[in-house]
Amino acid sequence: MTSRSLTRRRRPGEALVTGLLAACAAVCVATTFGIVVTLGTETVEFLRRVPLHDFLFGTRWAPTFADASFGVLPLLSATLVVTGIALVIAVPVGLATAIYLSEYARPRVRRILKPTLELVAGVPTVVFGYFALTFLTPNVLQPLIPGTKVFNVLAAGIVIGIMVVPLIASIAEDAMRAVPTSLREAAYGLGAVRRTVSTKVVVPAAFSGIAAGVLLAASRAIGETMVVAVAAGQMSQFASDPREPAQTMTAYIVQVSLGDTPAGSTAYLTIFALGAALFVITFGLNLVAVRLVARVREAYE
Amino acid sequence: MSGLAVPHQDVEGGMPRGVRARLRADRRPLELVFTLLLLLSVLSGVVTLLVLLVDVARDGVGSLDAGFLTSLDSRFPEKAGIMPALIGTLWLMFLVAAFTLPLGVGAAVYLHEFAPRGRVTRFIDLNVANLAAVPSVVYGLLGLAVFVRGAGLGRSVIAGALTLTLLLLPIVVVASREALRAVPDSIRQASYGVGATRLQTVRGQVLPAAVPGIMTGLILGLSRAIGETAPLITLGALTYVSFVPHSPNDRFTAIPIQVFNWVSRPQVEFQHVAAAGILLLLGVLLAMNGVAIWIRSRYERTW
Repeated sequence: MTSRSLTRRRRPGEALVTGLLAACAAVCVATTFGIVVTLGTETVEFLRRVPLHDFLFGTRWAPTFADASFGVLPLLSATLVVTGIALVIAVPVGLATAIYLSEYARPRVRRILKPTLELVAGVPTVVFGYFALTFLTPNVLQPLIPGTKVFNVLAAGIVIGIMVVPLIASIAEDAMRAVPTSLREAAYGLGAVRRTVSTKVVVPAAFSGIAAGVLLAASRAIGETMVVAVAAGQMSQFASDPREPAQTMTAYIVQVSLGDTPAGSTAYLTIFALGAALFVITFGLNLVAVRLVARVREAYE
Repeated sequence: MSGLAVPHQDVEGGMPRGVRARLRADRRPLELVFTLLLLLSVLSGVVTLLVLLVDVARDGVGSLDAGFLTSLDSRFPEKAGIMPALIGTLWLMFLVAAFTLPLGVGAAVYLHEFAPRGRVTRFIDLNVANLAAVPSVVYGLLGLAVFVRGAGLGRSVIAGALTLTLLLLPIVVVASREALRAVPDSIRQASYGVGATRLQTVRGQVLPAAVPGIMTGLILGLSRAIGETAPLITLGALTYVSFVPHSPNDRFTAIPIQVFNWVSRPQVEFQHVAAAGILLLLGVLLAMNGVAIWIRSRYERTW
């Protein structure tokens, strides 16, 4: 964009402003650094008191009991079951939405539908929590599925699934629209119909992008906090029955934060250890997703 | 979001018009059922949103009155009001905007206009992309360790605003870069051509042209930050506040925290109060989105 001659002469004012702007950009890097350092130091302190093996493989989570126990597995099981339920809802619905928007909808319909779907993504998560607790559970789940408790994992999972549909749909649609028209034309030329072109040609060709959308949705569901804090209850037990309450990692962080936990206490350190675990899991998923999106770009652009 | 879309003008479903008409005529049962299933999926989100809105409106409209807006919180549902939370949210909105605008635009301008393309920019880009996907509750832990404890700000409005600023920064950086990218290079080259320096070009030509896009991104980002609950709770923002914050150093609550507090109370009447709070929150968000859309349609230029 700029030739060398434009940058050669030093102007102190320009250098100062450039420095300031660079400092703004550095804040982004500093944030990542800050997250890693704060979560890291508190987690190290936590692990000095609780052995890593007990934390990762312990089957009882009771940090405030007299015989305290710090096994993360019950919390992790609840997080994974909620995420699983969310994906069971969000993957088919999100993929179908993407197929419709990319392969079926007329441009005018698409222009109306896309922003409408994004409205769902703009609703604050605490509102979805309210919806799960006061509408979905009593009006839909309890009449349909006997034995559903007031707080239950199922309602939270379903609502998080609805929440992440726009995320999957928009990333999958971008990937599908990047598939060259020539592939579709070739399939139509062989006599394929629109359904088979969509499912057998476009979806496989856009697979990396679709997978990236699913990974990002999983990452969002794992980190989702307010829906589970409101609707899934605060009982730390293995989430073996989705009709029962179970506490996720994020819901536990909220529960501790609501109380007055003195800094430096083990209970205070546990929320940083859980935060570190969340960060590592979501960071890993995001890295893979970014790679997958880059692969779609390389293939078709 | 519009910036992410691939422009397809008169092509639908990736196919030109003539082919399209013949495809639509396919009325075999299997094809019809498949199309119907797709349509149902698309509409399910919209329908859920409608059900949610009707449900919240039915629960909350009775409690949403002048007394609700001007009262403090209370242990009695009929007396509980949202004023401290509303003022807290307005404080947050103002401070977060004041912090995020210079930082976000500065970072975007640096990355897009000044930084040498290479490993450093790629590293910062990757950072921004990853930060955007970090769970918001983790930002709350960061704020708790750095602002509340480390900097000694306590559980104040300013600590909350700084935490939300970090959360919002990647979103605003991405949106601002999108806006800068939309300014064609010919504008920059014309400016250099008449002897302007890089800084003069950015200040005189590129930034003014990108302002509508940047503002739209900022307001949409702010509307997301205003709805955030988890990071503020993790900071230790109070959930029962019986006073109005007067300065950035005061302790505070905000509308989503207040809603969470009411939802968590056992009495059923408080669900109606919570619904009224949600209506107010959604009203604020709708107004902000309206302003963003208005700015976009009023000022945005296509080159």
